[in-house]
Amino acid sequence: MSDFIDLTSAGAESATYGADERDRMGFFTDTTLCIGCKACEVACKQWNQLPSDGYEFTGESYDNTKALSGNTWRHVAFVEQMEPERETGRWLMESDVCKHCTHAGCLDVCPTGAIIRTEFGTVVIQDDICNGCGYCVVACPFGVIGEKQEDHTMGKCTLCYDRLKVGEQPACAKACPTESIQYGVVDELRERAEKRLEKVQQNFEGAQLYLNDPNDGIGGGGSLFLLLDKPHVYGLPPNPIVPTKDLPQRWRTAGIAAAALFGAVVLCAVSRR
Amino acid sequence: MGTSFGRGGATTFQQDLQNSDCIVIMGSNMAENHPVGFQWVMEARERGAQVIHVDPRFTRTSAVATKHVPIRAGSDIAFLGGLIRYILENDRAFKEYIVNYTNAPVILRDDFKDSEELDGFFSGWHADKNGYTFETWQYKDMDMHGSAGQREGESSLAKVPSFQAKADALKNGEPPHMDKTLQDPRCVYQVLKRHYARYTPETVARICGTDPQHVIDVAEALCANSGRERTSAFCYSVAWTQHTTGVQTIRGAAIIQLLLGNIGRPGGGILALRGHASIQGSTDIPTLFNILPGYVPMPHAHAHDDLKDFIESEGAKTGYWGNMDKYIVSLLKAWFGEHATQQNDFCFDLLPRISGDHSTYRSIMGMLDGTVKGFFCIGENPAVGSANSGLHRRAMANLEWLVVRDFTEIESASFWYDAPEIASGELRTESIPTEVFWMPAAAHTEKDGSFTNTQRLLQWHHKAVEPQGDARSELWFYYHLGKRIRAKIAQQDEPFSDPVAFLTWNYPEKGATADPDAQAVLREINGWDANGKALSDYNGLKADGSTACGCWIYCGCFKDEVNQTARRKPGTQQSWVAPEWAWAWPANRRIIYNRASADPQGKPWSERKKYVWWDQENGEWTGHDVPDFNKTKRPDYTPETGAKAEDAIAGWHPFVMQDDGLGWLFVPNGLVDGPLPVYYEPHESPVKNALYSQQANPCRQEFPRTFNESNPSPSDAHGNVFPFVLHTYRLTEHHTAGGMSRTVAHLSELQPEFFCEVSPELAQLRGLVHGDWATIFTSRAVVEARVMVTDRVKPMRVDGKTLHSVGLPYHWGSRGLVTGDSANDLLSITLDPNVHIQETKGLTCDIIPGRRPRGRDVPGFLNFVRMRSHLDGRT
Repeated sequence: MSDFIDLTSAGAESATYGADERDRMGFFTDTTLCIGCKACEVACKQWNQLPSDGYEFTGESYDNTKALSGNTWRHVAFVEQMEPERETGRWLMESDVCKHCTHAGCLDVCPTGAIIRTEFGTVVIQDDICNGCGYCVVACPFGVIGEKQEDHTMGKCTLCYDRLKVGEQPACAKACPTESIQYGVVDELRERAEKRLEKVQQNFEGAQLYLNDPNDGIGGGGSLFLLLDKPHVYGLPPNPIVPTKDLPQRWRTAGIAAAALFGAVVLCAVSRR
Repeated sequence: MGTSFGRGGATTFQQDLQNSDCIVIMGSNMAENHPVGFQWVMEARERGAQVIHVDPRFTRTSAVATKHVPIRAGSDIAFLGGLIRYILENDRAFKEYIVNYTNAPVILRDDFKDSEELDGFFSGWHADKNGYTFETWQYKDMDMHGSAGQREGESSLAKVPSFQAKADALKNGEPPHMDKTLQDPRCVYQVLKRHYARYTPETVARICGTDPQHVIDVAEALCANSGRERTSAFCYSVAWTQHTTGVQTIRGAAIIQLLLGNIGRPGGGILALRGHASIQGSTDIPTLFNILPGYVPMPHAHAHDDLKDFIESEGAKTGYWGNMDKYIVSLLKAWFGEHATQQNDFCFDLLPRISGDHSTYRSIMGMLDGTVKGFFCIGENPAVGSANSGLHRRAMANLEWLVVRDFTEIESASFWYDAPEIASGELRTESIPTEVFWMPAAAHTEKDGSFTNTQRLLQWHHKAVEPQGDARSELWFYYHLGKRIRAKIAQQDEPFSDPVAFLTWNYPEKGATADPDAQAVLREINGWDANGKALSDYNGLKADGSTACGCWIYCGCFKDEVNQTARRKPGTQQSWVAPEWAWAWPANRRIIYNRASADPQGKPWSERKKYVWWDQENGEWTGHDVPDFNKTKRPDYTPETGAKAEDAIAGWHPFVMQDDGLGWLFVPNGLVDGPLPVYYEPHESPVKNALYSQQANPCRQEFPRTFNESNPSPSDAHGNVFPFVLHTYRLTEHHTAGGMSRTVAHLSELQPEFFCEVSPELAQLRGLVHGDWATIFTSRAVVEARVMVTDRVKPMRVDGKTLHSVGLPYHWGSRGLVTGDSANDLLSITLDPNVHIQETKGLTCDIIPGRRPRGRDVPGFLNFVRMRSHLDGRT
């Protein structure tokens, strides 16, 4: 019981790596700079050797990979917003990715210990340990995780852990031609994002940051986003909450209930006698 | 651009876009098709520049631009004309620039007549021969030569008697008659003013199907962001070139940029974005029929009897083309080595001769007619990627032999058993005589070599891995093919074998596959002096046979015996111009004509736009880039009358390739369809030309024949049978004809199926259902595509009429991980007369819901379509 409480409340700031611990690394995805080229999707798949998700014309604007999945770890959403007269309009593009939550539901619920918090503060599934139970899939408030077709383990962005280990940046950030995907130390990215928002808001009223608040339902993301509209427009949950957030309280309640039940049973037995 | 400025290359480089105060992207979907270079547009936008996208479609470029202006496909010349009129009528031109640096003050001949006077034609029109003669387009008392395009005489290829210019009439470096007050009614400035007077915002809006205010807004943005302190840039790509008026559209932008003083200056210029890797290189070291390396014209069978004659007629007296003798002799020395001597005209006789138009589409017609019997198909997939690809398949099915070199068995190699014409029964495998040799090609990672990219930049790539199996580099293929042919020829000892037998064909071979040394080839292109030492620039070339140089504009790429194109000094360790990253032609200049970045006295126009200037103390030009000017020529240098070549160019004339050193607002020589752009409708258009009774470009090149029928346009009978505008384009996710992307899972899944983009209004009109199928047809072909109904496509009001369009990406074919019909089947082969480029960006079509007919029903369906428009197989 106490283990669960530790995991959920500690989050990314809690280091167990000692001297090996590094700065917490993450992404700042600035959608105002995205040109929808999908180089991030391709670079990600190429580096991580992921197969295609199938060849299906969706008719969903220029999006044919539909969503993040076990085989698609970067996904570019396309949102067409034209005025009724279509004199003006917007075509929003946003490259979505695992949020590497400060409080990560997937990590909390993983029964095998396959999902770990790395020395970079990122959340990674070790596919040689994962048994494919899928608990993490339902524990993710963003729908990031899916099953990999090849080996039926679970897959999601690793923030290119293997590249980080040798001092390289993640493949998607490297491939992004317009610096829409920026990689760096999360604290610095948060500052950068704040400054950038100030500038963007001069022209775009609805611009807002997403997952930059350490006090939100996931304790802030390791992946931050600058959006031009409300999160739900891009298919992102407006107020994500890690499902394990109330777990200590629930355990406590369950404990009390169990104790009460036990007491009742004892009482019953005693009173029978 | 060649005719306006002197060189047929982008005037600037992509990184320089960050310095722009306003960028107009027109005829290009830059974000989608040039995403990497587009980062500099984004950088400029973040620095506060306006980014204006003028395009029929709302694309990913429009999405990030600060303004999108929708115009009808093919109406670009009208829109640009509106901008030019605004500049002239409101007196917004950069006066000091145009008076000194352009031919605005030059007085034209008295007998020149403008298209405004002759209802869409200029003087010199020969209706019986469907072409122009150029005499009346000349300067008063001075014939001009033209540094690019159709030099004198070449118009006779097709139609009219040749015109021989006698250009050496400069007086102290200036044309004989000029009015620097720009008031003379015969001066170019006033001719322009009259030419464009009718291109008012209202008229332009009516033609383009846009709002008059858009014309004013774009013009004002350009004017406000040009001048001493500010500069604006234009970016275009194939959506300008692929029209029957392609060259004249680009001319429109050249006129604007000259009027506003934006050429040769940082943040200015015209950036021609090339279609894919090394397209710039394939015209510099050409795969074209009518030029030799470095834009030296190909000799003509009847016009050029000997070397002297060739230099006389093709070289200029003044400007850098006055050195034609040095370029051609050095080229001949590079090719024929010791065989080339003064006595035998340096083997000039051994060069091939052209006798007419031998361009790619003409060759296709030759295949159909049985006059062209063999075909090397390399770096292209015409069975999917060329206009009227069905006609290409039929042409290839009528060959004796065909060699296809590619990574995979592309449609151009497999057409003989899986073409749509096989399915429809129009072709039968057993009746196709073509012997097809499919040969696997090495990828760029498997071979050494260079790319010349969009900004004239030569970048070397090293072989990373050996090619697998039988795959070989292109260089290997041609070199060993040449060796084998030479071995066969050596046994024959016939005079006709001399052109091949005398070639220098002795590159060092490397490795198990005997791959020729690519650096040795680059060094030959760079050239060497009499001692065999690598030349450092083209000023070192000689006409006496002591120097050899494979391409004079590339001279310097192997300077100091170092492969300059392989330099990779990081941008952080040098200036923003990054002169030590690779090597740009000419002479490593990144912005060309950069003498114009200083005022006539040689001082920067402003501190903010400082680039190259005259250093009085040291007596030389200096700055951030290699000066595109004689380094020590003073800004006040006044040539003597009668001076030759570059000595005839005045110190205040920046366009050193031109006869007169001036930027040409008006092109007296070099264009077959007029000295100024005129608005014509596309070859196939659903509307009538609102400005002239001449409907389409009268000089356009047509190939009327079965399977290349033209859809009728208004004023033809049945001109309303194909009511919708058709245009084709590319997507970021695929590579041209798909040979390199439909075979890759990671790309194929991103755009898996052929689709058409239509507006909700058209969908309603024709009953098209989003996600369902539609059948699209022209008089050439019928294809089917998934329907994408999108608000991004908007019907236009053109001349009071609602006009719908059908947009088609063209990447699919019968092979690969994802397959589909080819949009290019629908197109006609009708060409721009100057450069023989096909019109793909504005045609007509019809669309109906549901899947297309199959098998033998296809010819039946098309016969019905042709009957409806009363086509009997001819235009």
